[in-house]
Amino acid sequence: MVKKLLKGNEAFAEAAIRAGCEGFFGYPITPSTEFLEHMAKRMPELGRGFVQAESEVAAINMVYGAACTGKRAMTASSSPGISLMMEGISYIAGTEVPAVIVNVMRGGPGLGNIAPSQGDYNQMVKGGGHGDYFPIVLAPASVQEAIDYITLAFDLADKYRSLVFVIVDGNLGQMMEPAELPPMRDLDFITPEWAVDGETEGRERRFLSSIYIDPKDEEVTNIRLLRRKLEIEKNEILYHTEEIDDAEIVIVAFGTAGRVASTAVRQARQEGIKVGLFRPITLSPFPYKEIEKLADQAKSMLVAEMNTGMMLDDVSLSVKGKIPIEFYGRMGGITPFPDEILDEIRRINNSPPTDTDFNAREAWLDRLELIIEGEN
Amino acid sequence: MVSETNNATLVYERPESLTEMPTFYCPGCTHGTAHRLVAEVLDEMGIRETTIGVAPVGCSVFAYNYFNHDYVEAAHGRAPAMATGIKRVLPKKMVYTYQGDGDLASIGMGEIMHAAARGENITVIYLNNAIYGMTGGQMSPTTLPNMKTTSTPLGRDVEVAGYPIRMAEIISNLDAVSYVVRRSLHNPANIRKTKKAVKTAFQTQASGMGFSMVEILSSCPTNWKLSPSKSLEFIEEQMIPVYPIADFKVNPEIKNIKG
Repeated sequence: MVKKLLKGNEAFAEAAIRAGCEGFFGYPITPSTEFLEHMAKRMPELGRGFVQAESEVAAINMVYGAACTGKRAMTASSSPGISLMMEGISYIAGTEVPAVIVNVMRGGPGLGNIAPSQGDYNQMVKGGGHGDYFPIVLAPASVQEAIDYITLAFDLADKYRSLVFVIVDGNLGQMMEPAELPPMRDLDFITPEWAVDGETEGRERRFLSSIYIDPKDEEVTNIRLLRRKLEIEKNEILYHTEEIDDAEIVIVAFGTAGRVASTAVRQARQEGIKVGLFRPITLSPFPYKEIEKLADQAKSMLVAEMNTGMMLDDVSLSVKGKIPIEFYGRMGGITPFPDEILDEIRRINNSPPTDTDFNAREAWLDRLELIIEGEN
Repeated sequence: MVSETNNATLVYERPESLTEMPTFYCPGCTHGTAHRLVAEVLDEMGIRETTIGVAPVGCSVFAYNYFNHDYVEAAHGRAPAMATGIKRVLPKKMVYTYQGDGDLASIGMGEIMHAAARGENITVIYLNNAIYGMTGGQMSPTTLPNMKTTSTPLGRDVEVAGYPIRMAEIISNLDAVSYVVRRSLHNPANIRKTKKAVKTAFQTQASGMGFSMVEILSSCPTNWKLSPSKSLEFIEEQMIPVYPIADFKVNPEIKNIKG
């Protein structure tokens, strides 16, 4: 295979098809719509299931039904659409059936706008639907990574009977860049023994449900889900690092923000600043221990996000007050330029923070308001 | 005695498509009758082992405990969407939903209308008892005018709470549907007619002719606060004038499949 210039959303959809997705159910929403359009063209010609649903509520419940049969099923949407899916997402988690959901995040809250954002971090990573459940969340930073992690998402979903979110933002969904798609895999999956597939001959009937009417049974289920989460934490943490070995300043950023930070790190290194990048790929499970280790080595951290500092809270939990943490974020659908991150690196390098107890978010807000004034 | 046993003919037994679990339905409720009719049809058509049911939220939330075949449990109102997902990845399987009037005509209005509009090749068994049973007798979209419920204590005032929704009539107007009828469970003759309709609905699906729905008028003695026999009279005297028993849409091709 050779690399081709691929459009994000279309490449993601094709990656899902090649990973063996047999049912796609979605509803158009910018900036994820090309995903659905690619599926509309490809799934019927392959004889696989495709429905443009009447709403995201219906779409996720179609995914739920298809997932109950043991087939690989998915949807793709963007922030407001994902909010509508939260009911079905909770049911899928409670029924312990695998499903993959791609969220091409946009600015919010509310109708917000269609520009790229990472404002759904808490909704994706911490849950969003009702009840105790723990989705796996993967955050790629390029079209190629998204292709690779959508493929991985289906494997993880099957392995752990888990929901897997692949979260990108409008930048990745809409951009074109060189990437390589995997070969088409055969649909030679073994139907799992829990699947409700209507093949009752020679076996007991099966049923799948998220009801545990006796609280004792529900608690057993809560324990099983938590045990599974702990197992996933042990086995599946993924992250990417750059220039980290001798770094005195460590930037922690995911997805597009991580990619922007990567450029800033390269420029800062040319200026002789000892800075490195830690880019979590699994946001859930979160690499708490790996970040804590970096806190033993570095002098300070800078968290960069395209939101109000949602991952900042998880980094703070990892660092345990060992070193100061600074924050830089852009919101509302604005993607930061590498220069903005570079300025932050220079500032921290020139006057290294010492206070581990100061309010990084408040300090950042004061700086940001001045930056925005300058931009206008 | 031995010869008597040998001469005995079994005339009534539990269908294979029902489990041996006693139902939790209230005395006099006709859900049990409807379950049995569906089970008899699955047995007669020999499709128990290739059928997937989708249970609703409401009194029949535990339908999957009573049917002896594969089942899933949907979120409130979403059964037709879930059935769509199942049917689209397993098109050769028989897929049906079993829903009540709160589930289908209120919270699930979007899902049922669009599944029907797409002509999804599924069967919908829709029990209309004009009330929310499981939550204790609140007004449903099909509650009759002036009918007392816990949320319409003075009777359903059509000026503020609107009029009953006739789902079979509404859905029969969609081009893609093949079979939509209303039946009732208030006496043996109508129970027999209901069973025929349920069978035709499943045959419609088996022939790949698209969406089929049987609306079944059903009783709720507990929440209607009537005895079981008075409840059957209520269906005949109060419900049928509002919800006429009729065939609203029958694809002409169905005559051929019935043979």
